[in-house]
Amino acid sequence: MSTPSDAPTVVVAKQNNALQIYALDDLAARSGLEVGLPLANARAICPELTVFDADPVADAKTLNDIADWCDRFTPLVALDPPHGLYLDITGCAHLFGGERALLQSVCGALTRRGFVVSAAIAGTSVCARTLTRHASGKIIADGEEADAVGPLPVSALGADVAIISGLRRAGLKTIGDVAARARHEITARFGAGFTTLLEHALGQGDAPISPRKPLPDYIVEKRFPEPVATDHVIAVNLSALAKMLVTAMDKQGKGARRLEASFFRTDGAVRTITVDTGRPVTKPEMIDRLFRERLDALNDPLDPGFGFDLIRLSASRTEIVVQQQRDLDANVHDNDELAALIDRIAARIGGKRVVVHLPQDTHIPERAVLAASAQHHLAAATQAAWPMRIEGEPPLRPLRLFEKPEPIKVPFASVPDGPPHQFTWRRVTHAVVRVEGPERIAMEWWKQNGQALTRDYFRIEDTQGLRFWIFRDGLYEGELKSNDEGEPALPKWFVHGLFA
Amino acid sequence: MSARMSTLAQLRGRIERLEAGADAHALHRVALGHAEADATLCGGLARAAVHEVFAEGHQGAAATGFIAGLAGRVTSRRPLVWVRQDFSEIESGAVSMSGLVELGLDPRRLVTVRAADVDAALRTAADALACDALGAVVLEVWGEPRQLDLVASRKLTLAAQASGVTALLLRLAAVPQPSTAETRWIVRAAHSPPSAPWHAWGAPRFDAELARNRHGPVGRWIMEWKCDACLFSEPANSQPLSATPAHRPHQAQVFRRSA
Repeated sequence: MSTPSDAPTVVVAKQNNALQIYALDDLAARSGLEVGLPLANARAICPELTVFDADPVADAKTLNDIADWCDRFTPLVALDPPHGLYLDITGCAHLFGGERALLQSVCGALTRRGFVVSAAIAGTSVCARTLTRHASGKIIADGEEADAVGPLPVSALGADVAIISGLRRAGLKTIGDVAARARHEITARFGAGFTTLLEHALGQGDAPISPRKPLPDYIVEKRFPEPVATDHVIAVNLSALAKMLVTAMDKQGKGARRLEASFFRTDGAVRTITVDTGRPVTKPEMIDRLFRERLDALNDPLDPGFGFDLIRLSASRTEIVVQQQRDLDANVHDNDELAALIDRIAARIGGKRVVVHLPQDTHIPERAVLAASAQHHLAAATQAAWPMRIEGEPPLRPLRLFEKPEPIKVPFASVPDGPPHQFTWRRVTHAVVRVEGPERIAMEWWKQNGQALTRDYFRIEDTQGLRFWIFRDGLYEGELKSNDEGEPALPKWFVHGLFA
Repeated sequence: MSARMSTLAQLRGRIERLEAGADAHALHRVALGHAEADATLCGGLARAAVHEVFAEGHQGAAATGFIAGLAGRVTSRRPLVWVRQDFSEIESGAVSMSGLVELGLDPRRLVTVRAADVDAALRTAADALACDALGAVVLEVWGEPRQLDLVASRKLTLAAQASGVTALLLRLAAVPQPSTAETRWIVRAAHSPPSAPWHAWGAPRFDAELARNRHGPVGRWIMEWKCDACLFSEPANSQPLSATPAHRPHQAQVFRRSA
């Protein structure tokens, strides 16, 4: 009887129409299996094999989660799919007791969680990656890259399979062998890309890594020897961090437009909460309040689990703050207060749900107004130029407008182009008492390629005094074509709005 | 025993002070423009209080116009926050800025909050009411949600009193329930006055019933909103003094233009 723990385990994926080994554990490797072997052959070699299906999506997610966790060491973490991570630890290592201690702490923590880790520190990212392919725990000082990677097999470079087999066939077994050849020969045979890779591995040049997240402008963080789990302690610490962040930003006259709070749980899970603001925030109380709103409104509340051991607050977007002198003008104060209120509401229910309105240059009623995010367009909205109403006229546009015009049933119209005498909307029949119209609104043919029909709008009042804005879609004779029997097509009527 | 009496006296004193605090803002009243209504309201609509406007489902637009008028009167060029539920927009249409312009109101100072549900709307309205930079907060609620009870109403009233911001509750498709509102209106659309067919008709006219007034009598008037002057007024044409259309349909026939 075999259990998964003592049986060799492999992960298989379908490649070239056959199930092939995609990954395997040490036991399976010792049994003589290798990546790329068809499953049928593997079973023949090792009948007690435990087989799992590959799940690249879950793999990517796990890699991302690990990258999240690695954020605690450096803000610059780059993915190297399918299973690598680059950490740019420039200037970070001393915070963790030096490079050796940092490497041990990363490897130790990940190993404890059940991952097999191979890590290395080197001057260039490619060099470090090449080292990890062979052995874990190496730290290579600047200038010693060539010596370090020289004895390694060429496969450690991570180049294409075709290139590696080409090198082998040429008798170049180690990276040192390849490096000894003249560069132009290598380039002529294997391409410039491979030469660049080789040079980077030898430390003769460096390719930048592409971090997952842009480097925040300001970061403050607090580590806890004893994990914190209670809401109160978390709130107090967040306030303290907010003060530190504001102090740091204040020195350079900056204010935060986007704030991120990351909570690193002891079990490795990381939760990041983002708050956007409409204008630069320069007060710790404001940051405090925004996060309180956001945390209160979370659908899945912050779960401390066994506690957070690191809380980080970063300002990922900042702006220069123009210090305004407070005068007696109440307007400035009102605007500030309003912007703060909008930020608070947006933090709670989402920035897209708080809107201001901007007039648009179009005749189409449903597009005449653009609802824009209040956080970003408040200033534009307060200075928008709205079309003036005509004095002495009753309202010509309805107060309530349906986003999609609602169809109504019109039994007949006495004249084809005329208004209806009665209509049925939402199962209620309204008899028309007064009519004004039509107001003809043609669609924008230059945008719609002739699909939409011209509308004839009528302002009407029914027996109850309710006032509607209805329209007939399409013109007789012109747009509403007769059908095959020669009868004119019946127009469709809609109610588009309601007047007060 | 005397200790108990003194506690009672203390509590009474505290309640009196609270009540006095409530009345401090009551001095600020905004005239609506309709003489009789203003007289009934002792000078106009009180600021820093909650006012409710109820409407049946199909009268939503009239009630919206009425509450927009009230908001226009009380905000006096300060920002207005309009909180509405998603469902209300589906059911009775979105408040159109072009329509507000046509009513003579300024959409530049309007911030709309699109709350997903009643809970979010109520909470947002309470938050907004605490911000003293605003002129008014309109809370538009469809139907009769359980969350909008006496407690919620009291909360809104307290927030309004504390900040001096006027709260206007637009209750669409709802019937009046007990609340702590200062005034409660039931609004229906009123006919345009009978006139020659080529005359400009269709100025917003409301059959506004003041169903509750905490500090005075109630009443019912036909009000017309003057779009150019931005105030309510008596109907220009004095023929339909009382509200005929909703309850006496046989009289409504009189005004019908022979089709």
